[in-house]
Amino acid sequence: MGKAFGVVLTIITTISVAIFVSRHWWFPEVASAHGGAMDHQFVETFVGAAIGFILAQLALAVFAWKYGEQKGDNRPIRIFPGGVKWLLVLAFVYVGSEIILLEFVGQKVWAAMYFTPPATDSLQVQVLAGQFAFYFRYPGPDGKFGPIHADKIDEASANFFGIDPSDPASKDDIVTAELAVPVNKPVELLLNSKDMDHGFYLREMRVQQDMLPGMQIPIHFTPTKIGKYDIACNQLCGLGHYNMRAFLEVMSEEDYQKWIVQQASLQ
Amino acid sequence: MSHSSGPLSATAVHDGRDLPVWGGGALPYAVPSKKLGMWLFIVSDAITFSAVIFAYGYLRLAAPAWPRPFETASIVNATVMTFVLLSSSVAMVLAVRASSLGKVSGAVGWLVATALGGVIFDILHIREWLGLIAEGVRPFSNPWGTPMFGAAFFTMTGLHMIHVTIGVVYLLIIAVGFGRRKLSAVDVEVSGLYWHFVDLVWMFIFPLVYLLSAKMA
Amino acid sequence: MESMPMEVQHHHTAPTSFIRKYVFSVDHKVIGKQYYFLAIFSVFVGMVLSWLVRIHLVWPNIHIWGLGVLSPTGAPGGVMSPDYYLSLLTVHGTLMVFFVLTTAPQAGFGNYALPIQIGAEDMAFPVLNMLSFWVTFLALCALVATLFVKDGPPISGWTAYPPLSAVGSDAGPGLGMGQNLWAVSIALFCVGSLLGALNFIVTTVDLRCKGMTLMRMPLTCWAWLITAILSLLSFAVLFAACVLLFLDRNAGTSFFLPAGLLVNGKLQNHSGGSPLLWQHLFWFFGHPEVYIAIVPGFGVISHVLSVFSRKPVLGYKVIVGCLLSIGFLSFTVWGHHMFLSGMSPYSGFLFSIPTLIITIPATIVSLLWLGTVYGGRLRFTTSMMFGLGFISVFVTGGLGGMFLAQPSLDIFLHGTYFVVGHFHMVMGVAAIFGMFAGTYFWFPKMFGRMLNEKLGKVHFWITFVGVYCIFMPMHFIGLEGMPRRYSSFVNDAMQPLMPVHTFMTIAALTTGAAQFIFFFNLFWSMYKGAKAPDNPWESTTLEWTVPSPPPFDNFGGKHPVVSYDAYEYGVTRNGKDYIMQTDPPGQPASS
Repeated sequence: MGKAFGVVLTIITTISVAIFVSRHWWFPEVASAHGGAMDHQFVETFVGAAIGFILAQLALAVFAWKYGEQKGDNRPIRIFPGGVKWLLVLAFVYVGSEIILLEFVGQKVWAAMYFTPPATDSLQVQVLAGQFAFYFRYPGPDGKFGPIHADKIDEASANFFGIDPSDPASKDDIVTAELAVPVNKPVELLLNSKDMDHGFYLREMRVQQDMLPGMQIPIHFTPTKIGKYDIACNQLCGLGHYNMRAFLEVMSEEDYQKWIVQQASLQ
Repeated sequence: MSHSSGPLSATAVHDGRDLPVWGGGALPYAVPSKKLGMWLFIVSDAITFSAVIFAYGYLRLAAPAWPRPFETASIVNATVMTFVLLSSSVAMVLAVRASSLGKVSGAVGWLVATALGGVIFDILHIREWLGLIAEGVRPFSNPWGTPMFGAAFFTMTGLHMIHVTIGVVYLLIIAVGFGRRKLSAVDVEVSGLYWHFVDLVWMFIFPLVYLLSAKMA
Repeated sequence: MESMPMEVQHHHTAPTSFIRKYVFSVDHKVIGKQYYFLAIFSVFVGMVLSWLVRIHLVWPNIHIWGLGVLSPTGAPGGVMSPDYYLSLLTVHGTLMVFFVLTTAPQAGFGNYALPIQIGAEDMAFPVLNMLSFWVTFLALCALVATLFVKDGPPISGWTAYPPLSAVGSDAGPGLGMGQNLWAVSIALFCVGSLLGALNFIVTTVDLRCKGMTLMRMPLTCWAWLITAILSLLSFAVLFAACVLLFLDRNAGTSFFLPAGLLVNGKLQNHSGGSPLLWQHLFWFFGHPEVYIAIVPGFGVISHVLSVFSRKPVLGYKVIVGCLLSIGFLSFTVWGHHMFLSGMSPYSGFLFSIPTLIITIPATIVSLLWLGTVYGGRLRFTTSMMFGLGFISVFVTGGLGGMFLAQPSLDIFLHGTYFVVGHFHMVMGVAAIFGMFAGTYFWFPKMFGRMLNEKLGKVHFWITFVGVYCIFMPMHFIGLEGMPRRYSSFVNDAMQPLMPVHTFMTIAALTTGAAQFIFFFNLFWSMYKGAKAPDNPWESTTLEWTVPSPPPFDNFGGKHPVVSYDAYEYGVTRNGKDYIMQTDPPGQPASS
């Protein structure tokens, strides 16, 4: 029975590691400036975790294979060489080095996204999530958003942001159902929710942030690849949660200018 | 305790060394089970109160403005309530002392006095609740500002009032049981722990709810 | 308040009526079994629910017999709707976390074995113990009732984040009556757990028999003691949170609800609260809860590995120290559930430090288990197989935590199937393996008969391979960024990954089916199994010195005296390779 356990465990370990290493299922291709650093961080963590995984599982497999009791077995038990001491040292060295490596060296991505302010020339877009759609608002030429008035939100007349029509700051705001940004230009998103906790998940940009009602949460990133990407809601928000998505379109600067003019004309 | 041998009475052999062994039963911590149980209950209940107080602090700090409606009359009323509760704690101390000296009627008398303090506290408190309700304070609204004022006020003082009321019933049960000599002095002491704890909680609620919301002159 | 339950009932006589003996019993052994069967019922229902949600993910249009009768609105004609998927997911999570993982290892096995292992006749407060069980039973009734009320169970998940859980039925199905019942159920569960925890601590401190010093207690007792402390401190907070949630829902307060909520076109009459507050309170409970589920497993596994390796457990004192430090650290890490919640990113960074540090004691314990197995004379009973399996799944699941502990990586992995795979492996499967190991180990003592080992081995192999097939692929699709709690991926960028889901569903159905072998074994052996001797596993601790099953007062009026540590294996004495804890002091133990 112990031998069988050793064999099965070795097979499980091999297959698990092989699938990870083959990268058959892996992150979608990076399309943002900071994304590469995150993938790098993942690979570093993976190497550390894989060493621990393989050593622990194989040690377990070998011990189970080797130390099964036979009939009439009278061999004396053997205490682990060095007793507890070396295992303690191993644990502290292995986990300790991981902590130092991951925690203090590896948090650049987090710091870049959340500790540093967005570039001053960032394109600001406001996002409003509600059951079960995202809407986006561009400030227009004046660079200002009028406030959101919850009581003025009216889907029927397409006033998704609760804009007060008499407010001069809101006059030139452009509201869209799709997020479009020019490539290689920093973007700052101001995330709002009008009802539930929602999530804002942009896989290729390596961006994710919960959206809470009552708070405006800023995040920033720089897209580097032209293309159309999924924006998924990733915080349970109700029965249509699985269907709540929007798209991010990263365009060339010229295409973006054309697009925004066209959107402005639709307001 | 059913096992009554002295401490460190047996000797066990381990690894060739003779080790003194604790004799079992009540030692080494010498805390009667009921008392320890009540202490643990108090720890856990204190954490429940702390969570509610944390919620209050969290929301109060986040609020742009928090009402400060309590006039001098309210503060005086709350001070009287505090005084009544503190006096009842003194009565409780005397009840515990009497019970440990075996003075049954004295202990029962002081227990009833303690419970009476609790009843007076409750009456004063309910009177104040009714007054505030008459002024239009509700868990979801009040005349002065953020509706969370009423929510926090009623939740915190209500939770405390439930504790006082339970305490009154508890003390009376103990008084009857001790009077009939069915319960021991330890039971009185344990009920005392609970009562002092309820008092102590009020010592947090009084400044946090009342004094911090007193009307500024 | 009737505080009489706090009576220490020594030398109580065995009850004779059926009700006092089996229903409202104050005997810790009966209460332990009651908790155990409550958990068995819950795990059965929870497992069937997990089948239903997995089936719906993969075959959304399938007709499920009987489901249309249970919920004509949620599953008209037996075809599950997307919202019913979320309803069942909520009940699955709540049942499993509270009524299985919190109940069976701690309240079930703990109640049964703790007093016997420390040489006591019963728990310190037997009547309070009975109350704890019946309050927990009521909590279960309230939760199961959600399945039968109009609109069904809440769709807000087991974490019940507001505003979804707090604004009422405007927000979706099940958020009216169902969510109220959920809050009542959890509040009751907190009360039951608090009373139980208090009882465990007092019992361990006060009722140990002569010679049973703290450092001679079996590691199981240490684990139950530390878990009880965690329960005492953390359930108190969840209780407060549930009260506030209930007030928000029914008294119009706004603890968790900010101003300007526009739900379903209706402006809500709430303002001044914060949904983040719930997350703080919930996870302050929620992270210790993970250890409440797994620490009793640590105890059982340390115990079982030592018995069946015929070796003293390696580093007894170190394990005790690790359990204590895990318990302490578990109160400092709750923020790692909230990295992306909108809380200050600086706190996110700070919370990740204790989160990584807590892996040190967990790693040490795992290494010590390996060191215990090393060089032993392993007896591959079913209990031992689950013990070995526990190490494997715990290591696998735990390493996933290395990724999730880092806010940098959480930006991608948060809310994906990587998280689902991680916590199922490390908290669900590992804790359940601990329960299986405990069941196969203590069943002879509890019921006086042996479980069938052949069926047990079949059960083990399918389960062990099965859980890897279910939960390992979740990590892979998590890397692709597949969000959890989606009832469908039609028209979604994730649609191409559906074959992986099909594979996992088939694995889940198979592994689930294998549990029927276990259920059959359990109930068949209870009546037809081979008679169990007093000490079938040649184990050293006190429960094996008494008959199987033990008499009403455990030790038949005798008072055991302990002279030895809990794990004296691998010695030679009177032709045996172990020394019972109660053996008379004599020749030193030699190994």
